[in-house]
Amino acid sequence: MRASLNLRAGLVSLLILLVFGLAWHIAVSGTGPQQTLDPEYARLLGQTAVQGKSAMPGPVDVLAKIWSHAKDPFYDKGPNDKGIGIQLAYSIGRVLIGYSLAIMVALPLGFLIGMSPLMSKALDPFIQLMKPVSPLAWMPLALYTIKDSSISAVFVIFICSLWPMLINTAFGVASVRKEWVNVARTLEVGTFRRAFTVILPAAAPTIVTGMRISIGIAWLVIVAAEMLVGGTGIGYFVWNEWNNLSITNVITSILVIGLVGMLLDQALARVGRAVSFPE
Amino acid sequence: MSGSGSTPVNSDKFISIEGIARHFAAPGGGQTTVFRDIWFAIPKGEFVCMIGHSGCGKTTVLNILSGLDLPDEGVAVVDGRAIEGPSLDRAVIFQSHALLPWRTVLGNVAYAVSSKWRDWSRAKIEEHAKKFIEKVGLKGSEGKKPAQLSGGMKQRVGIARALSIEPKILLMDEPFSALDALTRGTLQDEVRRICLETGQTVFMITHDVDEAIYLADKIILMTNGPEAMVAEIVENPLPKDRDRNQIHKHPSFYAIRNHLIDFLVTRSKTFKNEIPPDYDRRKPPIVRPQAQPLPVPPPEANGRKVA
Ligand SMILES: Nc1ncnc2c1ncn2[C@@H]1O[C@H](COP(=O)(O)OP(=O)(O)OP(=O)(O)O)[C@@H](O)[C@H]1O
Ligand SMILES: [Mg+2]
Repeated sequence: MRASLNLRAGLVSLLILLVFGLAWHIAVSGTGPQQTLDPEYARLLGQTAVQGKSAMPGPVDVLAKIWSHAKDPFYDKGPNDKGIGIQLAYSIGRVLIGYSLAIMVALPLGFLIGMSPLMSKALDPFIQLMKPVSPLAWMPLALYTIKDSSISAVFVIFICSLWPMLINTAFGVASVRKEWVNVARTLEVGTFRRAFTVILPAAAPTIVTGMRISIGIAWLVIVAAEMLVGGTGIGYFVWNEWNNLSITNVITSILVIGLVGMLLDQALARVGRAVSFPE
Repeated sequence: MSGSGSTPVNSDKFISIEGIARHFAAPGGGQTTVFRDIWFAIPKGEFVCMIGHSGCGKTTVLNILSGLDLPDEGVAVVDGRAIEGPSLDRAVIFQSHALLPWRTVLGNVAYAVSSKWRDWSRAKIEEHAKKFIEKVGLKGSEGKKPAQLSGGMKQRVGIARALSIEPKILLMDEPFSALDALTRGTLQDEVRRICLETGQTVFMITHDVDEAIYLADKIILMTNGPEAMVAEIVENPLPKDRDRNQIHKHPSFYAIRNHLIDFLVTRSKTFKNEIPPDYDRRKPPIVRPQAQPLPVPPPEANGRKVA
């Protein structure tokens, strides 16, 4: 029953993909030249006006482009021409650094907030105020103080990853079942060991949910941040290809960004399953 | 067990509750006194049950004995020292079993063992834990997670965990109340056997009169709350080596059973209004219900749960 549902769903997905690809292909194929123009002017207008062919690439163009990127993802021909793999590696690197820093701050701070009602109340107004700020709003401040565009992007990732992890950690720690804590107390387990043997495992599912939200947001934000600061990264790559009017590359990037985002999410989902426990 | 009701000598006061009171903030401001000026003592090696209606403060007393809660007035003394916090000398079996769901059966028991003997090797800890898992009849389930166990098995793990640290005192808060009658009976037998073997001092809360008669040496009767008090301490007239299928034939069985039920049904409410003139909070009266000269066993001999 279950297998057959999966099979049917897979077939429907494939069908949707084919219909979409076909519609796309038809929509962008040319209808023949419509008028004769001065060649100089035609060159300015591009192929759309001249041949009736859409400037929008078709699925075949995109597939060809993906194949060419896949064959040589890591070439480096100067600052404006690097392989998509190199650009992705830059972005993933920034995300992982900013994200790891956020973990190192959010987990201990979240524990503190979750365990101490005083700190929880004291820090609440700051968190409430900072949480809704778009991480990109920090960019000018980061550029001004750090004076390095790459590190500023990392900082922005740090800031946007921080809040979901912090809030979930604090919540998870604060809502650990009292009886589990009491078990540790009656066994004279010290605060430090209790934090690692009872509170951390009990709160882990909630914490990992926060981490999963964070990695999703970080991957959304890195594209925008790199568009702003430029230089390297998949965000910069998208913007650069837009300036080159290479829509094929833009579409390719969109697919690749989606793919990496999905993999990051799946990785955290896997961690989540590993730390979850049935009650 | 001297049981004469005379002034207890010091060895009879292994656990001594001395004038404890506990207040909680009342919902509408002010505070409610759950109980105050409670006194009783438990000698070493005795199995003592506490019976009383819901909300009279039994769990609160047990929490004070475990050290998870502190009295607002008075002290709880164990082995000559006031309780200031939880201790590995006093193991608690929680009503809701309170197993750590991310650990296996072995992991749960080993956690307790490793907390008590911190320098033991992993192999030694597991060997010790397995011994107690076997003792409660769970051999073969060491690798299971609590979610894979039945209610009775979970409670068994809780018992194994408590016993594994070889505590001086075992504290149990209605450990069997969530179980079906058959499982409850089996577990009562096992707990009784283990406690007799080791001469364990036990304080147990129960709602079940028959459970108290089967297990207890003494039964502490609490009146209804708020401001609950210890009405009396009932000595169990049944011999220590009792058989659950034979105890109802003992001439004093219905005497104690009727006495307890009578207390729960009526006297727990009325006791406060008709306190006997010689009642002393520091020395609650000790009674020993005995068979009447001509016992007439009531027909409904198998009633079980009261309250
Ligand atoms: N943390 C608390 N805050 C406020 N009131 C409390 C708290 N703990 C217990 N109480 C109150 O104290 C009284 C005694 O509670 P306790 O849990 O000791 O009763 P109990 O005799 O164990 O009842 P039951 O048989 O239902 O378990 C109750 O009226 C309860 O509402
Ligand atoms: Mg209770």
